[in-house]
Amino acid sequence: MKKLLVSLAAAGLVLAGAAAVIAQEQEPAKTEGHSEANPTHFPIKEPKEMNWSFAGPFGTYDKAQLQRGLKVYKEVCSACHSMNLVAFRTLADLGYSEAQVKAFAAEYTIHDGPNDDGDMFDRPGKPSDYFTPPFANEQAAAASNGGAAPPDMSLLAKARGVERGFPRFIFDIFTQYQSGGPDYIHSLLTGYNEQPPAGMVIPEGTHYNPYFANGVSLKMPPPLSDGQVTYDDGAPQTVDQYSQDVAAFLMWAAEPHLEERKKTGFRVVIFMLLFGGLMYMTKRKVWSDVAH
Amino acid sequence: MSEGHSTYTPKTGIGRWFDARLPLPRLVYDSFIAYPVPRNLNYAWTFGGILSIMLVAQILTGIVLAMHYSDTTGLAFDSVEKIMRDVNNGWLLRYLHSNGASFFFIAVYVHIFRGLYYGSYKAPRELLWILGCIIYLLMMATGFMGYVLPWGQMSFWGATVITGFFTAIPLVGDWIQQLLLGGFAVDNPTLNRFFALHYLLPFMIAGVVVLHVWALHVTGQNNPTGIDVKSKTDTVAFTPYATIKDALGMVVFLLVFAYFVFYLPNYLGHPDNYTVANPLKTPAHIVPEWYFLPFYAILRAITFNIGPINSKLGGVLAMFGAIAMLFLVPWLDTSKVRSAVYRPWYKLFFWLFLADAVFLGWLGSRPAEGSYVLMAQLATLFYFAFFLIAMPVLGLIETPRRLPNSITEAVLEKNKGSGSGHPAGATAAPETKG
Repeated sequence: MKKLLVSLAAAGLVLAGAAAVIAQEQEPAKTEGHSEANPTHFPIKEPKEMNWSFAGPFGTYDKAQLQRGLKVYKEVCSACHSMNLVAFRTLADLGYSEAQVKAFAAEYTIHDGPNDDGDMFDRPGKPSDYFTPPFANEQAAAASNGGAAPPDMSLLAKARGVERGFPRFIFDIFTQYQSGGPDYIHSLLTGYNEQPPAGMVIPEGTHYNPYFANGVSLKMPPPLSDGQVTYDDGAPQTVDQYSQDVAAFLMWAAEPHLEERKKTGFRVVIFMLLFGGLMYMTKRKVWSDVAH
Repeated sequence: MSEGHSTYTPKTGIGRWFDARLPLPRLVYDSFIAYPVPRNLNYAWTFGGILSIMLVAQILTGIVLAMHYSDTTGLAFDSVEKIMRDVNNGWLLRYLHSNGASFFFIAVYVHIFRGLYYGSYKAPRELLWILGCIIYLLMMATGFMGYVLPWGQMSFWGATVITGFFTAIPLVGDWIQQLLLGGFAVDNPTLNRFFALHYLLPFMIAGVVVLHVWALHVTGQNNPTGIDVKSKTDTVAFTPYATIKDALGMVVFLLVFAYFVFYLPNYLGHPDNYTVANPLKTPAHIVPEWYFLPFYAILRAITFNIGPINSKLGGVLAMFGAIAMLFLVPWLDTSKVRSAVYRPWYKLFFWLFLADAVFLGWLGSRPAEGSYVLMAQLATLFYFAFFLIAMPVLGLIETPRRLPNSITEAVLEKNKGSGSGHPAGATAAPETKG
């Protein structure tokens, strides 16, 4: 009988052990048919982890950086990428005055209507309007961009993120890593200058980028070059700086209430710690006369 | 355990007047104040209370969210974003609700594994256990449909994959799938009915919870020793003893919950769900929410045909079978001893099973290719072996450790063993009535 028990338990342990060993060997197993010139798993390189001002429990947006990022979006990205969910009025979060927001919105032309005569008309934008898309519809966007519409950027910073893998996803709980999106965007934008390994076939009309999540290359040409956008606050006018700024701006666009969230969170956590401490002491007192 | 009830008379005149017409004060007093609970319950027992506040919290946040949500494919995604951006504290409500679902499942898993460890499913608590399994099943349906509502990529493709399971059922499969979808593919009718059901099911859960708690109050709680309450010294009054302990458990649980809501609100979600559903573009890997991953791994582990059963039907049967095992547990376990504390072999298998379940969860998040398939098959085999072999066989051949004569004895023995840590408790205990 003991024997049966031992063998059953041993079977379980062997199974667990085998699983662990196989898991260890996953890396080579995964690379079946995988070579440097012909990779099967993407992205080829993991995104670089940057130091974002909005990371961590006390993170806040750097308003100057968001303003620069907005400039990069407006002058470069917005030629192809819409940002349909962001209203001009919310740009006040970036430190702009009401008048500045009004002036910014007025630079856009909004197709509105019908008016009382039943006609559609164009008018200058108001703060309550949203960023206008660069193409009339998704089909037009796809037709002008080689068959696939460039993604809307409103939520891009939360809609991207490379899997962290074990055991990093455990550590992420304690380091509060939530910057997968901005890290990805920054790495992608700065990853175009890398050379593909010898023998790699890059499909025509696409551009090699080892940070791209879905293949060796993507259709979007390198969008940024040094000096392309003029900064008036003295920040370096480099691709790296542009990429960081626009990634931070997109994080704000995707999560405009981040600062409020973290601030509220701090108060909640402090309250719960104090309340929990009082509860603990009360519990000790109540149970002090009962062995349990 | 229920003897001695109904002797309660409210102290105030209004209370007595009310109690004579509707004995609600008496019910509350008997259920939540005088109700005797074993004195040795540990913190694993606080999860019942935690689950009930999670249910209430989900219903409350859900109702407010429903006031701002549009269940139309063209508007659903944007209406959720409207909540996140423009509704007052909408981001908080929405993150509380989406993370609340995850924490609801964390709590229910602790609750289920606690039951498995201490044998809380054994006579006379079989119905209590089965009602719990029904709640769990309803929770899974609710969670799945709720995940579809934001109408992101994972919402859409998760719904497509999961409703696709039903086509594996012979003869009526296609009909069932079309009934679920309201058409031939996931579309507006699907979203409409999922929203209606997502609003309905939590109230059905609440109804079964009432039965669950009722059954609990008839049989009384199990406890870490697994032996029955024999005398009054084995128990303490629910209030203040269990109330304060439950409250402490809740605060700690909510603290962890708050940490996720405020600092890691998207940690448990998938980035793809921030992209609006696109029926023409399949995501690279379709994965369900984390709490379904073990079952997803079991589903995909069946890659071979078994006689007339093809691999697809086999996978679906294995997945539903994995849940069905829980319903059978009261009769699969043949041991007379409830608690794993006194069952050295069962204890070992319990922990192996827990590790196996976590491992299956991890496998569920991997693509079904290469060696992952074999690992999932082995882990699935162990999953079923635990229920179908270990549980019945261990009960017959295992020699349990000596059981204490009573809960009181076990408590005093433990406190003697743990040294001078709690001098007051050890000496004062026997006379102290709960």
